[in-house]
Parts: sequence; C-alpha cells; structure tokens
Amino acid sequence: MAVFGTLEWATAFMNAINASKPYEDAAKTWEGDFYFIIEPGGAVKEPGYQYVDLWHGKCRKVDVIPAAEKDKYKPEFVLSASIATWRKVAEKKVDPIQAIVTRQLKLTGNMGKVMRAVKAAQELVNCVTQVKTEYPE
Amino acid sequence: MQFFGVPFTVFGDDSLQYLNTVLAKRAFIVTDKNITKLGLIELVGAELKAANIEYKVFNGVEPDPSIQTVEKATAIAKDFKPDLFIGVGGGSSMDACKSTMVCYCAGIGPLDMSPSDFYNLRAKARLICIPTTSGTGSEATWAIVLTDVEGQRKVALGSYETLPDVAILDPRMVMSMPPNVTGSTGMDALTHAIEGYTATWRTPFTDGPGLIAIKYIFENLKKACDNGKDEEARKYMMYAACQAGTCFGNGMAGLAHSCGHALGGIFHTPHGVAMGLFLPYTMEYIANGSEESLQRYAQIARFCGIAQGSDKECCKALIAAVRKLMKDIGQSPSVKDLKIDKDKYVKAMTELVDRAVNEAMTIAVTRIADNNDLEKMFMCAYDGKPVDF
Repeated sequence: MAVFGTLEWATAFMNAINASKPYEDAAKTWEGDFYFIIEPGGAVKEPGYQYVDLWHGKCRKVDVIPAAEKDKYKPEFVLSASIATWRKVAEKKVDPIQAIVTRQLKLTGNMGKVMRAVKAAQELVNCVTQVKTEYPE
Repeated sequence: MQFFGVPFTVFGDDSLQYLNTVLAKRAFIVTDKNITKLGLIELVGAELKAANIEYKVFNGVEPDPSIQTVEKATAIAKDFKPDLFIGVGGGSSMDACKSTMVCYCAGIGPLDMSPSDFYNLRAKARLICIPTTSGTGSEATWAIVLTDVEGQRKVALGSYETLPDVAILDPRMVMSMPPNVTGSTGMDALTHAIEGYTATWRTPFTDGPGLIAIKYIFENLKKACDNGKDEEARKYMMYAACQAGTCFGNGMAGLAHSCGHALGGIFHTPHGVAMGLFLPYTMEYIANGSEESLQRYAQIARFCGIAQGSDKECCKALIAAVRKLMKDIGQSPSVKDLKIDKDKYVKAMTELVDRAVNEAMTIAVTRIADNNDLEKMFMCAYDGKPVDF
C-alpha cells in the first residue's frame, strides 16, 4: 500500500502505466508531461507536486517535488485538485474529462489536446486503479 | 458541486427589439456571408441603430470555422474595441463569436481557453447570440467547436464565461431556412436532447429541457420541413433547439456525436446530417447493453406519447419513431445514402474509430464502446443495418 502523493506511489503508478498494453495503444501518439498537484486541505498541509512524463504510450519519468522546488520542471500541463477530488477520479466516481469540464480538476495547458486523448485519459485512470493506494485524509 | 447555466432568453415575435434596450456603445457582429445576403444582419443592425449602438460586421465565418478565422475576427475586434459581441447564424457563427470574444477580452489564443480558468470577460464585453437555424443550441451553451485545419479535426473548447448573456429567439431569423437545412439542424437538436437526457453527465436540471425539446421536435419538425411558412412549427423548433442546447450543454452529448464528428471530420458531412444519421444506430447499441438507458429511452417514448408498453417495447418504438421522422423529412438513413464510397470509408475505418473513441461524448454514455464495437457500428451505419449487438 502506497500513500498517494509520495514517490513510492508515483513509482508504482509509473510501473502500472508501463505494464498497460491498453494505455500503450491508446496513447501511442501522446507527447506531454504533467504536474499533478494536490491542493492543501485536511491532512494535506502544503501543495504536493507529482511530475509525470508521458511519451508515446509509456511513462518516461516520475518525480515528487516539494512546493519550494516547483520550478524544477516546466510541464506542458498542470492538473490541480483537492485530495478528495483526486480520490474520486482514481476510484472512477467521476471521469477525468468530466472533472476538468466541471472545474473539479483545474487544467492549465492546451485543453484541445487533452480533449483529443480521452481514451488515453481513461486508461491512465485504469492504471491508477492498479496501484493499492492509501489517501492522506 | 454541480452547475446549471442558462442565458437570459428573449423569444417570440419581434424579439430582436430587445436589442433596443441593451446598454452598449459598440457591437461587433460575427456572422457569415449567407446570413448577410439574406438581409438578416440588416434586421439586427436596424435595432442597434435605434439604440444608438455603433456596430461592425465580420461576416467571414465559414462552415466548421477554423482557428485562423477566429484570429482574423479578433484582429478586427481589437481595432474596433467593442463592448458587445453578437453572434448571428448557426453554430459556426455563434461559436466563432464566442471564441473571438474570449481572444479579444482575455488576450489569449483560441486554443488556450479552458473551463478551469477565470477570464473576467464581462469587464470588457458581453455576449448575445441570435440563432438563424433551429438545431445547434449554441445560443444556450458555453461549448465551442472549432476546426483545426492542419490536423483536420474538430476541437471542443469552452469556458463557463462563454455562456451567452442573452439568447434572442426571433422567428423571423429562421423563416428562410430551406427544408433540407431545417431537417438536418432539427435532427441535430433531437440528437442533443435524446443524448443529453440519457448521458451519464445528466443532472436533475437537464431532464426537463431534454424531454420537452424531444416532444416539441417530434410534434413540429416535419411540419416545419413540409411548410417553411408554418410560423408555429418554426417557433417551437426554435424553442426546442434552445432547450435541447440547455439539456446537453449542462450535461453532455453522446455516441452519435462522437461518430458524427469522426465522419464529418474526414468526409466533410454536414454536422446535423451526420448526427441524425448515427442517432438510431447508437441508441440501439446503447440500449442493447444498458438497462439504465433502455429505461430512459422508454421514459421518452411514454412522455411523447409514442408507446405505452414495456421498457423494451417503448425503447424499440422510440428508435423506430426517430427513423420514421428521418424518412419523413428526407434525411439520409445510412452513410451509403450520402454517396460516400465504401472503399474509401473502409480505408478510413481506423481513423474513424480512433477519432470516435477519443471524443469525450463516447465516455459520457451508459455503454462505452470499444474499438471493435465502434467498427461494427460504423459498418451498420454504412449499410443501413440495425445494430443487434
């Protein structure tokens, strides 16, 4: 069991992505890296930055950055939400595209590019479900 | 937390007179050449003049407007400095107008807008949409569809701030629509309402407008196609399209939109034609695998007085009613009827499926299609065969 937002969790997530054939197929043309930001609230005292680099159906790198070092990467996309929202997405209670459109997940970056990768986004969530996760709530 | 947004809606005879009461100095009208030729911009302009509102017309919007068109309109708007944007036309003109307003007010490119961002657009200008077709519902939604010419793709964009402040539904604006456009745009509206009512993103606030829109369309679309001078039918189709927009704009469209966008993007099929064509096939597919949607389709059939039996009987009757309506108004029931070459269609299959599977609408339905099912469904739609899987 890995705690969401830790390097251990991010590494398990990367492994799940790289083991997923459906993700590989759905994201074969995807080029773009992300910050997944956990906003402060509840047990989360300061923002958490998870860096995930996705490239042609594979995850090339993950990292977990303290807020003070957030300039370490300049990802193409930033997705930001409370831990409760991340949990809803991870547990498939809301799909990620719906979460973006309804402002539960805040997206910075080219919305059009994300909206053309719906299947890949779905498969990414399927990869999240492969990781046994504990939430800091 | 959920949202439900509707514009202030002015409807009925002489609704354009509302423009007389608008507090603005300079209005930027975004439209197309055909609307200008039909004299509809003169009607809008006359009201603006009466209110001492200076106006400028950009009539360069093409069907499926491109990002470049929006950039052109924005450059002109920057010189004119409007405090009011007015989109007059079908979905293309209204969507181009919304995008131009965002680019002008927020100083960003068309692809940079996101529902996550706050732009405070109203600090600079407000937005009025005046539809000249009864289909798109763009006057009631914040959604924008532009075309990426380089990638030959439709791009769905939007911001909550692109929901128009005012929608003006003046029947004079739709009276000159020819029967084929009345039919295809009407089928687009029906698709919005049925898909919005059955989408997984639906809310308790989208059910009402969806059901009412479907009822009005079944009652009035054929009348409006048969006799374009039937003012009552024209009015109710206008109201239905707007309410269908409210339904799917606050929820989501569905699989017919995904397939229709894919077909339109590759074979340049008009939007409404493609939507209507795929609607019965996708309804069959979803009903075959989802009890929830089967029940929702049955509710529609009962509400519209189409059937009163079991859920299965009612659902079947609704799909038959959609096919009958399409036949009655002369809409193509299959891709084959659009004169699209079968070899070209089959060759494009991987691309059709790839585009459809990557539309957000594909996952907003109760039965999510995989690539194999999509391919089979595309073939059924080509040959005009019912979807039995």
